[in-house]
Amino acid sequence: MKSRHKRFLAIALGVAALSTAAALVLSALNKNLVFFFTPSQVAANEAPHSRDFRIGGLVVPGSLKREVDGFTVQFIVTDTAYSIPVSYRGTLPDLFREGKGVVAQGHLGPNGVFQASEVLAKHDENYMPPEAADAVKKAHAVAQKTAQTLVIDSQTQVKR
Amino acid sequence: MVPELGQFALALALAIALTQAVLTLAGAARGNAAWMRVARPAALGQFIFVAIAFGCLMYSFINKDFSVAFVAANSNSALPLQYRVAGVWGGHEGSLLLWTLILGAWMVAVSVFSRRLPDDMVARVLGVMALVNVGFLSFMLFTSNPFDRLFPVPADGRDLNPLLQDPAMVLHPPVLYTGYVGFSVAFAFAIAALLSGRLDATWARWSRPWTTVAWMFLTLGIALGSVWSYYELGWGGWWFWDPVENASFMPWLVGTALIHSLAVTEKRGTFRSWTVLLAIFAFALSLLGTFLVRSGVLTSVHAFATDPKRGIFILAFLTVVIGGSLALFAWRAQRIGLGGSFDPVSRESMLLTNNVLLVAAAGSVLLGTLYPLLLDALDLGKISVGPPYFETIFVPLMAPALFLMGIGPLSRWKKASLPNLALRLRWAFAVSLATALLLSFALGRSSLWVSLGLLLAVWIVAASAVNFWERISNFSGASVAARLAGASRAYYGMLLAHIGVAVFVVGVTLEKGFEIQKDVRMAPGTTEQIGAYTFRFEDVEQVTGPNYVAAHATITALRNGKVIAVLHPEKRFYASQESPMTEAAIDPGFTRDLYVSLGDPVDSKTWIVRLQHKPFVLWIWGGCVLMALGGFFAAGDRRYRVETLRKSIATHAALGATAAGARLARAAVREKSR
Repeated sequence: MKSRHKRFLAIALGVAALSTAAALVLSALNKNLVFFFTPSQVAANEAPHSRDFRIGGLVVPGSLKREVDGFTVQFIVTDTAYSIPVSYRGTLPDLFREGKGVVAQGHLGPNGVFQASEVLAKHDENYMPPEAADAVKKAHAVAQKTAQTLVIDSQTQVKR
Repeated sequence: MVPELGQFALALALAIALTQAVLTLAGAARGNAAWMRVARPAALGQFIFVAIAFGCLMYSFINKDFSVAFVAANSNSALPLQYRVAGVWGGHEGSLLLWTLILGAWMVAVSVFSRRLPDDMVARVLGVMALVNVGFLSFMLFTSNPFDRLFPVPADGRDLNPLLQDPAMVLHPPVLYTGYVGFSVAFAFAIAALLSGRLDATWARWSRPWTTVAWMFLTLGIALGSVWSYYELGWGGWWFWDPVENASFMPWLVGTALIHSLAVTEKRGTFRSWTVLLAIFAFALSLLGTFLVRSGVLTSVHAFATDPKRGIFILAFLTVVIGGSLALFAWRAQRIGLGGSFDPVSRESMLLTNNVLLVAAAGSVLLGTLYPLLLDALDLGKISVGPPYFETIFVPLMAPALFLMGIGPLSRWKKASLPNLALRLRWAFAVSLATALLLSFALGRSSLWVSLGLLLAVWIVAASAVNFWERISNFSGASVAARLAGASRAYYGMLLAHIGVAVFVVGVTLEKGFEIQKDVRMAPGTTEQIGAYTFRFEDVEQVTGPNYVAAHATITALRNGKVIAVLHPEKRFYASQESPMTEAAIDPGFTRDLYVSLGDPVDSKTWIVRLQHKPFVLWIWGGCVLMALGGFFAAGDRRYRVETLRKSIATHAALGATAAGARLARAAVREKSR
């Protein structure tokens, strides 16, 4: 082989290896992305049914129930506008607390109960995972907009 | 008064750093010897003043001065002394101070151990490091001052995060930071080489031991963090692919590539541009890691409150450092030259493949870590990338790298012969294949992954043994001891580090393949069976610690009716932060750990308990320690020490021309390797 051919072969092999690696990485990334949905989005049926996703919000105070087997727990996650019941079999993290933020990963059961495979309560000093904070903020924004529209609507009606 | 003194010391350190950076870099460019001589005393000055500031902050912590905002946020009057000391780096501001302190220490080390280096090289290296220090000191003084006062003064502090109240807190951050910051030396050497246009085998020999020592500390720091999360987070995981872990893993991967690439540059004068680029990336990723973890971009144990001013400063700083050095690289790279050629089958090509694989791995970790942050920043939705992604990527990328680890050290530079390699390694391959098959069969219920992991681990050890045997039998010497002494420390370091990787792979493979985990409900008198072990729940009682109360359980582990361990897992409740903490109990062993942790209480005496049998988990960290030990040996090689350095520089200077010097150095190396 001439050195020109050698170089060509080396480049071709390099390109092939790189594109294989890139394809591998991108397909793995695509397969393992977990999207986040707020309880409002789930209520609006925007969440996928066939794959796992994450929900987040506040744990409704007083909603934590432990089933008789002692392992399965039920609680309700809310973004203050909509709520989703969550069922989880396993040990809750240390930082899980009623009234505080939480993120759960899993899928939506046929009965509308979110079957969590993992519950995360990682947070900063305000006891709020950023996803949960975001969910609550969005719900508040929607609520405010609706309130404004109602006010404007009633005003226009008065004028008439 | 003391905090103000600390603040003043920091301001002085900044002034010195700024002066030094300007004077020494300008001095080196203009050949002004007087300006260049500023480098060493100024480096010492920066270190002393930052150390004074550090001492002041520690003094405030020890004396519970809650009028300092940072102390109030990370300490408490009930906090034990050792955690008040470690509390200094328990938050964002203090860990930045630790960073600059360590940078100062590295600068002093460079100025002490570089007596034989040319003055302009020392001036440039220390000048670049001073520039980095300017960035950090001004970041601290303008956005994250650890000495800010709090008014009104709170009666008590908010306490250190309970997760951080652990002996590992005293060690993990300083060791990890020593690694991170150590890459600034390799970076400074690379920038100095670009500035001076002198990048040859001698340069590689200068920067190699520094890089290896930094890598060693980084390895230990990551391992310490992993051990810590293993026993402290309470669930027995040792690696979560959490963004903060990835942040330390990326510089490690690139640093590993850099060590190998530097070896080629030193021995063969090749890969020069690539080595410089890797040095830049390793440090850039260290910076990114420091900021990602500490800035609050990522929410985790490690992250603290966010402040938009900080984010902008960080972004600007990263842009200047990375953009500036890449621009310098683009401008100067053609001066460096490419070095000698090599065949597709040679030690160079195998090291190149290893480098490409390691960098690809680092790139995919970077993608998985930053992609969610990027989407979030652009408001395109919130996503997360979990462990399955990283595991899918890592096995196919690392398996060929591990296979090459066996062949690479045995192949010749420049041109190797595949049939010859196959002949020399046929027994090693046969032994590893047989061992892997036998072990998989003996262990039962093995998966393909377990067999592959064992095969690669045994392969590395067997190929290293062949390498060692050949090395010993090729040396002519009367006694075995003389032959053993004939091989260099760097060679032993390499073998040790590679065997460390094999030990690590065994640990990961067997732990992942054969761990047993069971969540059970236990009350006094209940027993549970896990594999060959029986666990008996004896009792649970209330105990009081210095700043917490805890449910303290007693669980006996039995094997064949014989008691082998009494375990005391706890569930602690820290009053000052109103947070509970799972304190696991572990019976460690050479071939297995028994891991018990308390979940939630069902009633006053009944608890959900997690029982785990984790085989070979100790090997994971044992492997890391061996790798670090290998780095320690390699960095202490005789040829880096003063005498040899002086000789090589003398010839270098006598020849006057860079290219000629490099050729000579290469010839000398060839001579030696025969």
